[in-house]
Amino acid sequence: MRPRVIIAIVAAVAIVALLTFGLLSKGNSRLADGETAPSPELPKLTEHGKGSLKEYRGKWVLVNFWASWCIPCRDEAPELQKFQEEHAGSNFTVVGIDTQDLSDDGNKFAKEYGLTYPQLHDGNGDNGHEFGTTGVPENYLLEPDGKLAWDEPGPVDAKILEEHVVPLLPPAKKEA
Amino acid sequence: MSLRARLGRLPMLLAVLGALCVLSAPTLEPTVATAASLRTILNEIEEEVMCPVCGTLLGLAESPQATREKAFVEKLAKEGKNKDEIKQALVNQYGDAVLALPKSTGFNLSAYVVPIVAFIVAVILLAFAVWKWRKAAGRQEDREPEVEGPSDEDRKRLDADLARYDL
Repeated sequence: MRPRVIIAIVAAVAIVALLTFGLLSKGNSRLADGETAPSPELPKLTEHGKGSLKEYRGKWVLVNFWASWCIPCRDEAPELQKFQEEHAGSNFTVVGIDTQDLSDDGNKFAKEYGLTYPQLHDGNGDNGHEFGTTGVPENYLLEPDGKLAWDEPGPVDAKILEEHVVPLLPPAKKEA
Repeated sequence: MSLRARLGRLPMLLAVLGALCVLSAPTLEPTVATAASLRTILNEIEEEVMCPVCGTLLGLAESPQATREKAFVEKLAKEGKNKDEIKQALVNQYGDAVLALPKSTGFNLSAYVVPIVAFIVAVILLAFAVWKWRKAAGRQEDREPEVEGPSDEDRKRLDADLARYDL
């Protein structure tokens, strides 16, 4: 085979490989049921220091991705706070992840809605992308071993939480 | 009050008015200048940073997140922060991805170096191809057979024909 033909084939293969890589790296696949949730260290929103979802291993965790600029999050936040108060036993907690948001705005939001559950700050949205979020709010229920049990790609309310989350929680832990 | 007394106060009033004008002039000027420079900084920053949620330049974005980001930039600019300080504050909040242009350090440097190197390599390859093409064309020219003249027999016949028609 002539060298020119070989060079042309190599160039064509390289271009196709680059295009494929570009397409694959852009598409963030959503976390599947049974898959372990990514839990990198993130700055805490309402207090100093860093935190991670790993700290809550051993508990059922409802991960709520939200942002202060998100309108549906305003309706959802009181529902989540109420749910946390009702179910915050030794084995369940809501963890909020304020994503692609200014930390001051996030703090104000948490104070305004009286959110007492733990809050992390995912400023660049990388953690959200690892979960495969496509917007805010989104909710993910993690089993005590950190694996995904259920998710809702949108806001939740008391009805959704009662229907989908409560049945999954261990009976003994349903009431705080 | 008599007219004389009123006229007597006139120079004092004029002096007070003059003083007010002199005092107000420098205070108005910087205010206008500050507003203009603030707008310039905001415009420049909005062209150099991204709206992370929309994936477009902040200046083109209209989303709620972009609105908050713009307000954050404006607040810092009003506090007297310069462009670099504001951009750094944005990076602290949203990460490096908020910058429309990658930093010129570390791996990000490749974003600037690779296109230049690619351009130079392309120019070299093109020059090499043109040189090779011209060389091949030259060789082809060398190989072209020379135009042969008429044979001796044709020449004789031509001379004879011409002699026949020679008037």
